[in-house]
Amino acid sequence: MAHSAVTSTDQYNYEIIKKFAIMAVVWAVLGMGAGVYIASELAWPFLNFDIAEITFGRLRPVHTTLVIFGFGGNALFATSYYVVQRTCQARLYSDALAGFTFWGWNLSLVLGVVGYMAGYSQGREYAEFIWPIDLLIAVTWVVYFWVFVQTLRRRSQPHIYVANWFYLAFILATALLHIFNNLAVPVSLFSLESYSLFSGVQDAMTQWWYGHNAVGFFLTAAFLGMMYYFVPKQAGRPVYSYRLSIIHFWALIFLYMWVGAHHLHWTALPDWTSSLAATFSILLLLPSWGGMINGIMTLSGAWDKLRSDPIMLFLITSLSFYGMSTFEGPMMSLKSVNALSHYTDWTVGHVHSGALGWVAMVSIGSFYHMVPRLWDTKIYSVKLIYVHFFLATIGIVLYITSMWVAGIGQGLMLRAFDEYGNLAYTFVESVTFLHGPYVVRAIGGMFFLTGAVIMAYNFYMTVRAAKREQAAIEAKIAAKMANA
Amino acid sequence: MGNSKIVALVIFFTTYVGILLYVYASKRRSKRLESYKYIPLQDEEGADVDKKAESNHEQRD
Repeated sequence: MAHSAVTSTDQYNYEIIKKFAIMAVVWAVLGMGAGVYIASELAWPFLNFDIAEITFGRLRPVHTTLVIFGFGGNALFATSYYVVQRTCQARLYSDALAGFTFWGWNLSLVLGVVGYMAGYSQGREYAEFIWPIDLLIAVTWVVYFWVFVQTLRRRSQPHIYVANWFYLAFILATALLHIFNNLAVPVSLFSLESYSLFSGVQDAMTQWWYGHNAVGFFLTAAFLGMMYYFVPKQAGRPVYSYRLSIIHFWALIFLYMWVGAHHLHWTALPDWTSSLAATFSILLLLPSWGGMINGIMTLSGAWDKLRSDPIMLFLITSLSFYGMSTFEGPMMSLKSVNALSHYTDWTVGHVHSGALGWVAMVSIGSFYHMVPRLWDTKIYSVKLIYVHFFLATIGIVLYITSMWVAGIGQGLMLRAFDEYGNLAYTFVESVTFLHGPYVVRAIGGMFFLTGAVIMAYNFYMTVRAAKREQAAIEAKIAAKMANA
Repeated sequence: MGNSKIVALVIFFTTYVGILLYVYASKRRSKRLESYKYIPLQDEEGADVDKKAESNHEQRD
């Protein structure tokens, strides 16, 4: 079995995919670990231990960077390189440049998180990297674009499969977002600090144009690319409707670009701008649900797979969470709902229903499909995949429900007035109220993290078994050659 | 500048309707587009062919 891996490796560059896949799992465990720790700090503040480097303010960007760019980013590099090679039936362009994207990306992450703990941050949410790291990321990203496009140009298939459209849109949009949002003037040539090129409300609008499109293109379009390849592969049947996937693609990428300003309702932003963003957010429901239905209906006629295949459970559950969070998002973008939900933990719950339910689960499902194929072996334990699935699902449900309680309760308390027009609750009362939901949230995170550790163990054992198989075959061949 | 919003609406709406018509109007084109959904499943066949070729090669050795 392991022998045919030699052929696959010759045909495709699997080595680079293996590296990205391993780092995705490493960052997942570390990033989720940081998340559980900061969630625990909010529930039990003594965990700050008065050590500046591990306080919530510094560890929070470590958590978001590691899970979004570490786990998510490496998973996207791995799956995009896998999907583009297999659907184009062409080897990845330039092993050296692909290797550069691996080192450039992961070095940026290491430098970034060490810097955050030391107190170096741009203070822009999801774009905290300081300017020298921003430059390194920009160069890495342009090389990534070049490798991807050149691989597409070398394809044996006349048609470019739709998953690659989503990946390419993600690469292009991310380049655009990263470069414009990080336009800054360093304080001096040798200073790590810088000033944003934009000021005031324009700075806020640029930041949230970036912030929401990071959600739209990095955390949605790219993972839809993953979905359009791995759901049909795992189901063993083609996607429900290819024509729907085309409409899904164009509608989604057009609409996402306009919605960022819904993060700035009731601020100094012109009213028409935030109304426009809310309108486009509502319109986004259509392509989002179109894509979700396209993915789920791929199983039409083979629903029994949900009883027998835990990988399919991950993939279909991820699409269900995608549908749920893309309903919740437009609803929260309505100004009246936003007046209650904004600046509360409801937003945090919404983000995690997308990030854990959709992004992490579709990545995990795809990895359980891809990793054994990369090492040309079978997964070590199917039972552990089931255990992982239930731990992850319970964790997400605990997380989301506790944040609904926290956020809606918080919003209602902060807006309540007595009969004289005074605030009915003090701020401290709302903080006291949050303790219970924060404990449940931390427990939910622990469930999810435990699942990720089990996945890492399952992959470690899978790779170890594959290497043993390979060594046994090589020994057999050597013995045969010696006897001949 | 005064009519830019209306002009943008007309351009984007027309483009969207154009994409819809392109994708769904012609039966022959629909058939061709739907045939592309099998691409991810074809790579497995390719891999199987590789494996068969490899085992044949092994037998010859």
